Amino acid sequence: MSVRPDSEVLLRASAVVKHFPVQSSGFRRSREVVHAVDSVSFEVREGETLGLVGETGSGKSTLARCVARLLDLTSGRVEFEGQDISGLKPRQLGKVRRDMQMIFQDPYGSLNPKRRVGAIIGDPFAIHGIADGAERKRKVQDMMELVGLNPEHYNRFPAEFSGGQRQRIGIARALALNPKLVICDEPVSALDVSIQAQILNLLADLQEQLNLTYIFISHDLSVVRHVSDRLMLMYLGKVVEAGPSAEVYNRPRHPYSSALLSAVPLPDPRSVEQRHRIVLVGDVPSPINPPTGCRFHPRCPKAQPKCVTDDPPLEPRLGDGPEHTAACHFPVGDGENLADAQPNLAPEHRIVEPEPLTEGLDAVGGVGERMIP
Amino acid sequence: MALLEIKDLHVSFPTDDGVVKAVRGVSFSVEQGKTLGIVGESGSGKSVSTQTIMGLTRGAEISGQALFKGADLLTMTRRELEQVRGREIAMVFQDPLSSLHPYYRVGWQIGEMIRAHDKGVSKKVDRARAVDLLRLVGIPRPDVRVDDFPHQFSGGMRQRAMIAMAMALNPSLLIADEPTTALDVTVQAQVLQVIKRLQEEFGTAVIIITHDLGVIAETADDVVVMYAGAIMESGHRDQIFYENHHPYTEGLLRSLPAYGDDRERLLPIPGQPPSLINLPSGCKFHPRCPYAFDRCLREEPSLTPVGGEAEHKSSCWLPHGLEERAEVRRRVLAQELAS
Repeated sequence: MSVRPDSEVLLRASAVVKHFPVQSSGFRRSREVVHAVDSVSFEVREGETLGLVGETGSGKSTLARCVARLLDLTSGRVEFEGQDISGLKPRQLGKVRRDMQMIFQDPYGSLNPKRRVGAIIGDPFAIHGIADGAERKRKVQDMMELVGLNPEHYNRFPAEFSGGQRQRIGIARALALNPKLVICDEPVSALDVSIQAQILNLLADLQEQLNLTYIFISHDLSVVRHVSDRLMLMYLGKVVEAGPSAEVYNRPRHPYSSALLSAVPLPDPRSVEQRHRIVLVGDVPSPINPPTGCRFHPRCPKAQPKCVTDDPPLEPRLGDGPEHTAACHFPVGDGENLADAQPNLAPEHRIVEPEPLTEGLDAVGGVGERMIP
Repeated sequence: MALLEIKDLHVSFPTDDGVVKAVRGVSFSVEQGKTLGIVGESGSGKSVSTQTIMGLTRGAEISGQALFKGADLLTMTRRELEQVRGREIAMVFQDPLSSLHPYYRVGWQIGEMIRAHDKGVSKKVDRARAVDLLRLVGIPRPDVRVDDFPHQFSGGMRQRAMIAMAMALNPSLLIADEPTTALDVTVQAQVLQVIKRLQEEFGTAVIIITHDLGVIAETADDVVVMYAGAIMESGHRDQIFYENHHPYTEGLLRSLPAYGDDRERLLPIPGQPPSLINLPSGCKFHPRCPYAFDRCLREEPSLTPVGGEAEHKSSCWLPHGLEERAEVRRRVLAQELAS
């Protein structure tokens, strides 16, 4: 899965911004907006897999939908194969849609239960007027074979397939028109582990056979690590760190990346006992009023006064190569243990953890049965 | 004596398509203050087993025993069971939003748990306890948040509130059914930390049900691996992770995109889990098993000790000595590589 460094840039996003207006209630107009994606720039090169990681509300899916032009941009620019597609009208997007396809998370919700599999996979051919009749059927059956489905099941309904097989149907539909870029939005999150591995292998095989480029979105860091050449980590609508995946995993520079990686439960009890887990305090703040400066500062174990005022640029830190960038004023050094870090911030800029436990409980007699007077 | 001992539990659901055999002869026990992890994929029967002992499976045909502190939960009257449920055994479910009533304040809902078991509690005491419980699970400003509605809580806070509710009466057993599956990793870490802290503080035994072997590795003392309604393997955590005997356990671990590993391809378990209405003959895992031989097709193995240790058990016809088992593993892997 290695990519030649000289491969062409397939997709380039520059300063993409997406704000959603907050629904106003009653007569008053709300001026508030959700800052879903704020000034995100990145490139995807031909043949590579770019992993897009972040937690709920980080904006990773919104960003993907913006570059696929399923959503209009608030501002910014998206170029696909050198063509600016950010201003195109839906009717002008036909060619782009053929070359850029999506695979969705939920194999139950993304297939129409009342239509037969042959018709579902045949849709792209019908919509783009590419083949019909016997030729379409043959093409659909070729696709089914390609993704490991039995072509004789052409006339079955989605309900007759298991979750993993349905995801294969979704993949066949996305690949029907031989796209260049496939955006996989949590493609294996709804599947059981044993099936998840089958689908991940299938995606890897197809990438090799068809020379596909993937943007792979997932909240599961070990899955992303496995499939991606490069990684981009998002927090509250911004990219906090990007770079070759092995480098980001082994030497995360942003304290958020570091905490996120340390929180992944490993299926290996011995290494669990050895590592330093950083448990972050509090929850992700509201994207309606994101924190000033670095958006992570209220939860960051290394925060300093500068983090409240200055938004750190995304650039190489601590002598990393030009590929590995982080948006942090005080990046994490090699071998630095964040568990020892103490933020240097006034309390009003912090999310404060409540007093841990028990003291004060005696007022009503402790917890549980001991509390009953 | 074990705190909870399940003996030969069978649960099946009659449906129009046939009888769904959800749990077939499951036995395990939980010791005081320990954590038992039950791991399995969808349809393995991991949730149904615990829901049944809590009396939450209506319309099911049930047989077997579930001894809690010596009393059989399966033969209790509704009234007796209500005394145990909530007070002695509490449960936390996967989806905290649908487990909380959207219309009532969080504090009121926690208080309801206390009121249900102790009618004489005054409103004031009850609220004070709700505040304490919220503080216990790490909700910031509990005296204010106690009056919030569930929608004002984030996903992680809702799950904490559910844990607060479950811990309200200081139960001796907490059953957590996929408690962190709907949550992000950093929030998951927070919630697992809360459960662990409470367990250390109050000596609660915990059953944690999950499909995530990572969560098991972090939390469990003992592990039960389920597949198609039966236990495939059980033992101490390290036995399951490092000396596993059953091909299903091995397959599950091998199919994970192991963190920090640079393998190009994963090793999935081929095929799909069987239908619980038409189970395969013999060992239920044999259609997907790389080691299957003719005996596996005919006879279903029972859970028996392997590797010379009583607590490590596997339902498999492969040699029970771990050395011989490893030899078989090497031979089959070599064949796989050759083909």
